Amino acid sequence: MKLFLSLCLFLSACMTPALAASAETDALLQQLTQTKLSKMPAMVQQLEATGDESLLPVFRAWLAGDLHYIRDDNTLVVEVDVNGVDTYQDPYTQATIAGLTSKQVRKIKVNNKLRGLLRGVIARIQLTSRDAGVRESAVRALLADIDGETFATLERIYPTEPNSDVRSMMQTALSIYTAQDQNSSQSARLAAIDVLGDSLENDVRNVLLSLERSDNPVLSSAATQALVSINRQVERYALVDQLFFGLSLGSVLLLASIGLAITFGVMGVINMAHGEMIMLGAYTTYVVQLLMPNYIDYSIWVAIPAAFLVSGLMGVVIERLVICRLHGRPLETLLATFGISLILQQLVRTIFSPLNRQVSTPSWMSGSWEINPVLSLTLNRLYILAFALLVFFALVMILKKSSLGLNVRAVSQNRSMAKAMGVKTEWVDAMTFGLGSGIAGIAGVALSQLTNVGPNLGQAYIIDSFMVVVFGGVGNLLGTLVAAFTLGIANKFLEPTTGAVLAAIFVLVFIILFIQKRPKGLFPQKGRAAE
Amino acid sequence: MKLKTLASAIALSGATLIALPSMAADTIKVGVLHSLSGTMAISETTLKDTVLMMVEEQNKKGGLLGKKLEAVVVDPASNWPLFAEKARELITEEDVDVIFGGWTSVSRKSVLPVIEELNGLMFYPVQYEGEESSKNVFYTGAAPNQQAIPAVNYLKDELGVERWVLAGTDYVYPRTTNKILEAYLKDMGVAEEDIMINYTPFGHSDWQSIVSDIAKFGSAGKKTAVVSTINGDANVPFYKELGNQGISSEDIPVVAFSVGEEELSGLDTEPLVGHLAAWNYFQSVETDANEAFITKWQAFTKNPERVSNDPMEATYIGFNMWANAVTEAGTTDVDEVEQAMIGQETPNLTGGIAVMNKNHHLSKPVLIGEIQDDGQFETVWETDGVVPGDAWSDFLPGSKDLIADWTAPIKCGNYNTKTKSCSGQNY
Repeated sequence: MKLFLSLCLFLSACMTPALAASAETDALLQQLTQTKLSKMPAMVQQLEATGDESLLPVFRAWLAGDLHYIRDDNTLVVEVDVNGVDTYQDPYTQATIAGLTSKQVRKIKVNNKLRGLLRGVIARIQLTSRDAGVRESAVRALLADIDGETFATLERIYPTEPNSDVRSMMQTALSIYTAQDQNSSQSARLAAIDVLGDSLENDVRNVLLSLERSDNPVLSSAATQALVSINRQVERYALVDQLFFGLSLGSVLLLASIGLAITFGVMGVINMAHGEMIMLGAYTTYVVQLLMPNYIDYSIWVAIPAAFLVSGLMGVVIERLVICRLHGRPLETLLATFGISLILQQLVRTIFSPLNRQVSTPSWMSGSWEINPVLSLTLNRLYILAFALLVFFALVMILKKSSLGLNVRAVSQNRSMAKAMGVKTEWVDAMTFGLGSGIAGIAGVALSQLTNVGPNLGQAYIIDSFMVVVFGGVGNLLGTLVAAFTLGIANKFLEPTTGAVLAAIFVLVFIILFIQKRPKGLFPQKGRAAE
Repeated sequence: MKLKTLASAIALSGATLIALPSMAADTIKVGVLHSLSGTMAISETTLKDTVLMMVEEQNKKGGLLGKKLEAVVVDPASNWPLFAEKARELITEEDVDVIFGGWTSVSRKSVLPVIEELNGLMFYPVQYEGEESSKNVFYTGAAPNQQAIPAVNYLKDELGVERWVLAGTDYVYPRTTNKILEAYLKDMGVAEEDIMINYTPFGHSDWQSIVSDIAKFGSAGKKTAVVSTINGDANVPFYKELGNQGISSEDIPVVAFSVGEEELSGLDTEPLVGHLAAWNYFQSVETDANEAFITKWQAFTKNPERVSNDPMEATYIGFNMWANAVTEAGTTDVDEVEQAMIGQETPNLTGGIAVMNKNHHLSKPVLIGEIQDDGQFETVWETDGVVPGDAWSDFLPGSKDLIADWTAPIKCGNYNTKTKSCSGQNY
C-alpha cells in the first residue's frame, strides 16, 4: 500500500511539468513532504547531490522555517509575511498563490541538525555568489567540516577570487584541509600550519589542538608553536572584552542611579519609589511601540522624551502630594515612598497584567560589532554606554549652566537663604524631583532593551542605585559616574573567578568596609555645603 | 509526650468538628493557593485561572456527588511563610476539601508540615527536583527523570553533545537537579573538565561574562550544550545576551526546564529559534483534546492570543483525576480520596493516558521542542511511551535505594528497599 502510494506520488510528480527543478529533484521534493524528521538529513544530502542550483530558494526557506506544503497536493510553497498577514508564494518564481490560508498548508519541519546541514549546503552553492560578504561567510561556514570535494572546489576558484578578505578566508580553509591531510607532504603540512598561526578562527584552534596531539613530532611542535601565538592574542582580546563588560555594567548602574543622585544626593529625599520610575519609563517604551508597530526602529526616539515626561510628571505629582508634606522627616519619607512603590507596582500589574511585556529591539541596535573572530562588542550595550554618558553630561550641564540648576544648587546648599533671596523653594523642589524621576524614566527606556519589562523591574535596581550613590559620595554627580564604573568593572573582573553570586557579595562587603573608612563616599562634599 | 497526644487529640476533635459541617454543606470547596502578587504572580496567576476554569466546567457538568464546586482563592503573595499560613486558613477556616497550589519548591516545602498535620490534600502542578513524596500531596508536574534525564539523553544521542554547561538559578530546584545530572553524566563517562556548573542569583540581569564564558567553554572542539535551570525573569536577559553575542542554537543549543510558552510570550523569539525545552506538554501539539482545551481557555480568559503551558496541563490532569477519584470514592474524605487517586487514569492533552502511580507521581510522555519564531515550540522528539515519575532519584547516592509506595502494606513515602524500613522522613 505504502509502495503504491509513493509510486503514485512519484508518477504524479513526473507528470506535473517541472517549473524550475528537474523531474528527479521534483520527485525528491515531493517525498520531502512525507518524510519524518529523523529521515530528513539523508534527504538533504540527496537533494544536494542532484546538483540543482535552482533549489537555493527552497533551502533558504527551509532553513528559515518558512517552507510549507499544500495539504491537498503536496506542492511546496514559501510563507511570506506581508503586512502581518501570512501569504504563500511559489519558491522559484516568488509568485503569490492567492486564496491559500494557513489552515490549508503544513510546515516542513526543521531542527538544529537540519539547520546545520542546510547552512553547509547553502554555503557551498553560494561560493560563487556576487556579494563578497556572502562569499566570505560561505567559506567560513565551511571551515568546520571541509572535505576533499569542497577542497577541490575551493582550490579551483581561489585564483580567480578578486576580494582579498575572501581570499584569505579561502586560504585558511585550504590550509585547514592540507594540515590535516595525511597524503600531503610534511613540508606542505608545515606550511599550512604556519598559515593557520595567523588566524583567530575558532575552527582553526580546534584543528591545531587535534594536530598537537598527533603522533608526528614535527607537526605537533609546529602546532604547539602556532597555538602559543594564537592564545596570546586571544587572551589580550579577552581582557578587552572583560573591560567592555565592566564598562557596560557600569553604564547600566550609572543610568539607574543618576536620577537617584539628584533626588537623594542633591535633595536628600530617600526615594524608595525610584525603581518604579525606571519601570514606568520601560512601560512607556512598551506603549510607544504598541502605538507605532510599523516603526519600531524609530520608536526609541519617541520613547525617550515620552518616558521623561511620564516619569517626570509622576515625580512632580508624588513630590507635591506626599514628599513636600514630609519635609525633614527622613524615616516617614522612606516609608511613604516605599508605599508608593508598592502602589505603582500593583497599578502596573492591574493595567498591564503581571506578565512581562515584550519590547522589541530596533534592528540597528541588535547584533554585534565583530572586530575579529574572538572580539565582538554587542551593539545594544555599546549604544547604552554612549547614551549613559550623554545623559550624564547633559545633566551636569543642566545643573551647572541653567537657571534651574542654579536654583537647585542654591536650595540644596542653604534652603532658608535661598528662600530669602526670592527663590521659590517649593517650585524648585518639585522641579528637581521631576528632573530626577524623568531621568530615571529615560533609564527605563535603556533597560527595556536589556532586561524584562515587568512590574518588578524597578526592585532589581533600587539597591544597586543606592549603593552607587552612597559609594560615590552623596550629592556629587562625578562621584556617581566614577562609582558606577568602578563597581561595574570590579564586578565583571571578579565574576569569572568567583561566580556571579559571590562577586555581588564581595562588592557589597567592599562597599561596607569602604563606607566605614570614608563615610562620605569617594568624593565627599567640602566646605559649607557639607554641613 | 503527653502534651503531644493532647495536642493531636485536640487536632483530631477539631478535624471532626470541622468535617461535620462540610458534610452538611451543599458545596464542595476547592482551595486555590497560587500567588497573585509579588515575583511569582507572573507564573501563578495563570494556574489560578486554570483551576477556576476547571471548576466552572465541572459545575456545568453538574458538579460532583450532586453538589456544586466552589473555588476559594487566597493570595500567598510570593511569600513562602505566608503559603503555610494560607494553607492552614484554607483547611481550618474555609474548610476546603482539596487545594491546588504552589509553584516554587520552597513554597511547597513550607506548606508540607501544615498539610500533613491537618491531613489535607494538595495537588502540586509544577516540574520539581524530586526527593519527596508526601501522603497528602499529589505531584502532577515532572520529576527529574521525566524532564532532565530524557533531555540530556536527547542532546547526547541526537546532537552528539560531549561538553555540558549546567546553568541555574541559585536555589533548591536547580541545585538538586544539577546534582542529579552531574552524577548521571559522570555515570555515562563524561569527564570532570567537560562539565561546567554555574549558578546565578534570582533575577540576574547582566549575563555578558557568563555567556562569553559559555562561548569560550564551547569552543574547545567538542559539541557543547547548555542545560538551563535558570528560573523565571532571569531567562529573558539570558536569551537576549545569547542572541546578541551571536551564539546560535546550532553552535551551542540551550535546553531549558523552566521556559514555557508563557515565559516566551514576553520575548522576541527571533534570535532564539532552535533552542530547546523539555516538557510533558506543548501548546503546539495537534490533538483534538488540546485544541478543545485551548479554545476553552482562550474563551475563559477572553484573550484569543493567550497561550497555554505545561503546568496548566498538569493542573488539568490533576483536577480531572481528583474529580474522578471523588466520584469513585463517593466522598471527599482525604484518606479515601487519596487511596482512590492511586491508579487513576485520565487522558493527556497531548494524546495517551496519564496514570497516577503508587508514589503519588504521574506517568507521562516526555517531549523535546524547539523554540519557533512565533513563540511556540515544535516537538522534535518524544519518548515512545509514558515515563513513570520517580520520587527518589536513582542517581543520587542518598536516595538510590529509596522508593515511595502509598499502598498497603508499605504505605510509606520513604521506603528503603535494602533495609526494608520506612524512615518516615517524606521530604
